Amino acid sequence: MYISIKEASREYYLEGKGRITALEKVNLEVGKGEFICLLGPSGCGKSTLLNLIAGFDKPTTGFIKIDGEIVTKPSENRITIFQNYGLLPWRTVLRNVELGLESKKISVKERRRVAEEYIELVGLSAYKNHFPTQLSGGMQQRVALARALAVEPEILLMDEPLGALDAMTRMSMQDEIERLWQENKKTIIFVTHDIEEAVFLADRIVIMTSSPGKVKSVIKVPFARKRNRTGADFLKIRDRVFAEFELKASDEIEYYL
Amino acid sequence: MIKMDLLKKTVKVVISIFVLIGIWELVVLTGRYEQSLLPSPAGVLTGMAELIKDGALLTHFKVSLVRFLIGYLAAVITGITLGLMLGWNKSVWSFIDPVVQVLRPVSPIAWFPFIVLWFGIGDAPAVVTIFIAGFYPILLSTVSGVGNVDTVYLKVADNFGIRQPQLLFKIILPAAFPLIANSLHIALGSAWVFLVAGEMVGAQSGLGFMIIDARNSLRSDLVLAGIIFIGISGLLLDRLIKILESGIKRQWGVSIEVRN
Ligand SMILES: Nc1ncnc2c1ncn2[C@@H]1O[C@H](COP(=O)(O)OP(=O)(O)O)[C@@H](O)[C@H]1O
Ligand SMILES: [Mg+2]
Repeated sequence: MYISIKEASREYYLEGKGRITALEKVNLEVGKGEFICLLGPSGCGKSTLLNLIAGFDKPTTGFIKIDGEIVTKPSENRITIFQNYGLLPWRTVLRNVELGLESKKISVKERRRVAEEYIELVGLSAYKNHFPTQLSGGMQQRVALARALAVEPEILLMDEPLGALDAMTRMSMQDEIERLWQENKKTIIFVTHDIEEAVFLADRIVIMTSSPGKVKSVIKVPFARKRNRTGADFLKIRDRVFAEFELKASDEIEYYL
Repeated sequence: MIKMDLLKKTVKVVISIFVLIGIWELVVLTGRYEQSLLPSPAGVLTGMAELIKDGALLTHFKVSLVRFLIGYLAAVITGITLGLMLGWNKSVWSFIDPVVQVLRPVSPIAWFPFIVLWFGIGDAPAVVTIFIAGFYPILLSTVSGVGNVDTVYLKVADNFGIRQPQLLFKIILPAAFPLIANSLHIALGSAWVFLVAGEMVGAQSGLGFMIIDARNSLRSDLVLAGIIFIGISGLLLDRLIKILESGIKRQWGVSIEVRN
């Protein structure tokens, strides 16, 4: 498998509280070009898992392999996109997109050309000389996407990238991300706590539960795209995901009874 | 709209100056104080004219300004450089921080005995005093600016393979800039305050010396004239750095509120 996560755990030591298991023995295999959504309530370890895959953090036990190599540090081959966009406010859109290209050995002219090409791709050419604070949330996230795609990574890791957007913008950004994924053939791991978002985007939904954070189940979404958010199939999968979370609740009730 | 605001503001400034001078004149007239204890507005005005006409003001001002620039720029350069290094090196800073916390509240004036002993008289005491006054606020703000760089920026840099020294110039310095700029502004004010004090101990020239000199010849009108000049030039310097600051911030896309 392209990405292979084996028995990966991450524990934190907090003074006074002792050991906290943020993530417990996660096993997951992801194929090249797959669109995976990590879905679960806040605190179930989604960001922790994404950080491990990105290489910002290391598992306490277990390991993560990408293309056969164990992940030990971040790489330009897998770019993370954050909920608060992570754009540099002192740089224009164009200079933000150029950021990742600056450590590559290409000429200034070529760098500008590539940056402009990706700004065009996300439809922001008219705003290339604006500063991030002058743009709406949705536009800022498009800039972050352009910046990520410009270095041509094989993997995109997105941590609730649409979490700060209003419902309408969110849906149009979901369309946009799906389009970019289909055109650019990236492997995407996308964190969300929005069930419909996961059903709309994912090839497979990884359902996570908390205390300790772990993978509960994986649900396949076998429909063609672009998906109809109100179609019968869509609603059926959505209800199955709902059931997964409710199941956990009834487990707990049994346990306490 | 902007023109109207400017007009209103000018009117307010003019009114407040005239009211102040009116009260002052009234106190002088009713109190019949010794002229050397409380000079009259007219006396101070002629004193100011005298200082401008005989060139004394310009000479002393130029000397002061040069000392100020040397001391202040030295404080800016060392404060920012050390601040960047120590802000990044948290373990080293944890040893130096207590020392700085003890030294910082000490007024530069308290160092005068040593300053005169070590640096003699002339330009050096004033320059060193200004340096001390400006150094601490700049150092502390730079350290805290570097320490508080949003971790998301650092993750982004890490992700795109940006390493030191690029990290410093592309991420840390611009991210810490608003705090640093603010401290440059504060340091400018306190450095100007201590310029005069520094020139009162060891110097034979400069605005501070001009005041001491006037006092020695019992010319309180010239003392007050000197005080007014120091106030006005301090204000002008403050406005100048404000313009510079907002210019740089605008270039870096950091929106700032424009106050008064
Ligand atoms: N740096 C950290 N130190 C201590 N605990 C942490 C740290 N990061 C995350 N945690 C804990 O790990 C758990 C999972 O966090 P996280 O991965 O951020 O969840 P999610 O992204 O799903 O909301 C939470 O209980 C959180 O408090
Ligand atoms: Mg999270």
